[in-house]
Amino acid sequence: MNGRSYHSLNAFIGTAALSVVTFVAFVVVWEVIVRAFDVPNIILPAPSAVAAAFWSSLRSGELVWHTLVTLFEILAGFVLGAAIGLVTGFVIALFPLAERILYPYIVAFQTIPKVAIAPIIVIWFGFGPSSKVVITATIAFFPLIASTVTGLRAAPQEQVEMLITYTASRWQVFRMVRLPQALPYIFVGLDVAIVLSVIGAIVGEFVGAKSGLGYLILQKNFNFDLAGTFAVLIVLSAIGVGLHAITSWVQRRVVFWVDLAGKHVTVA
Amino acid sequence: MTADAAGTIPAVPRHRPSLVIVSNLEKAYTSRDGQNIQALKDVTLDIAESEFVSIVGPSGCGKTTLLRILSGVLQGSAGDVHVAGERLSGPSREIGVVFQSPVLLPWRTVLQNILVPVEIQKRNESESRARARQLIEMAALSGFEDKYPSELSGGMQQRVGICRALIHDPSFLLMDEPFGALDAMTRESMNEELQRIWSRSGKTILFVTHSIPEAVYLADRVVVMTPRPGRIVDVIDVDLPRPRTLAMHNTPEFGTHVAAIRRHFNAEGALDA
Repeated sequence: MNGRSYHSLNAFIGTAALSVVTFVAFVVVWEVIVRAFDVPNIILPAPSAVAAAFWSSLRSGELVWHTLVTLFEILAGFVLGAAIGLVTGFVIALFPLAERILYPYIVAFQTIPKVAIAPIIVIWFGFGPSSKVVITATIAFFPLIASTVTGLRAAPQEQVEMLITYTASRWQVFRMVRLPQALPYIFVGLDVAIVLSVIGAIVGEFVGAKSGLGYLILQKNFNFDLAGTFAVLIVLSAIGVGLHAITSWVQRRVVFWVDLAGKHVTVA
Repeated sequence: MTADAAGTIPAVPRHRPSLVIVSNLEKAYTSRDGQNIQALKDVTLDIAESEFVSIVGPSGCGKTTLLRILSGVLQGSAGDVHVAGERLSGPSREIGVVFQSPVLLPWRTVLQNILVPVEIQKRNESESRARARQLIEMAALSGFEDKYPSELSGGMQQRVGICRALIHDPSFLLMDEPFGALDAMTRESMNEELQRIWSRSGKTILFVTHSIPEAVYLADRVVVMTPRPGRIVDVIDVDLPRPRTLAMHNTPEFGTHVAAIRRHFNAEGALDA
């Protein structure tokens, strides 16, 4: 292990510790305020009440079940949306005619708020998870189209020309330069899409569902169980943070050269 | 020699067979504001096998255009180019190109970058790997095979670019101001290195630069080009002995060649660095 990584590990632990301290301080202040001013639980539950609600919800098994449902909707919707976005992005980037034909409709579709079409999708696909998967996919696909198209056009002309002087075919230029150059952009799109997918699944569940974390939030709110609602929010944000972390982890391994270049002064 | 028996004059080294023949090459294009630009006018040039030819000239004299036509990414408007007896109609496997910047792929290691032409031309993998090792050693890059380009200095990156241009064993090497971005010290040692690589590999090299001393130091012949329209105004034989040393820069013979070339730019009113 060299000096640099030792140093950055130290820095990382330092930042993480600061983050934890801030969090603990925030929770303590929150608890103190709720107790000192005797704020009712149905307006703002104290952290201790949220923790209790979380624990009982976990033990009853409802939290686990609804989390699994929502997680499935998020992941299935993300995969479906990202796949459609990637394929459409490739088609648009490779065939200029397809861009002129498709792009106006894609942009028009993108400008429609997905919340507005969610009720229609629920009518078409039912109250079960499949309608949520479709809603999530409609939200997740656009970032992938945009980033794929931009990425596939990002290859520096000099790299393309270098391959051509060595007698590369169009396909070889695509495989050896355009595709790798597009990967960092595609990962940015994936990261945006995975976070939006969480929103997509919840929006779908709000419109009409029989299970899932969005359904659970509505139910708890209906019963003025605000502590229970907060407990669900904690799970939702944990899901978002976790999925983002996984995406970043994969990204650092696949497009390692971006980080590598950042550490050194390089010739563009 | 049988040539003697036939009564012809035996070939002296200076009259080796031509590898590259450029005849009456023209390149004209219309600029964005609708002007007709004559980038190359009536360029005729023969390059012998294993010869080192430098092209000097100020910006806009068409030297890069000429190189791009020779590398096959650009078409001339008239005239033609023959390489190793074949008419050039696009990129050729007989040609290796070294660019102004190294143009390495950042996700490939040094070795993988050098093997790019091998992959494109689907050449024998194991043979090429052995050849890559030799080139790496020749370019003093041993121990850096598995490093990524961003971990190398500018001079090392450019040496990787030179190895890549040689990996498919082309007979003709095109170099487009390859050391222009390097500092003066690195540039001089790269020039020495290149001379060594050239003498060991026996390649034919066309080297574009706008440094007159660099052109004289490296070349057997220096082709002088001037702009508007881009054309060849002089070809100067450099008869300095080989191998050349950096100390030769200070000899009167060297100075005479440099002066002879520089005169053209003064005459054209286009003095270059």
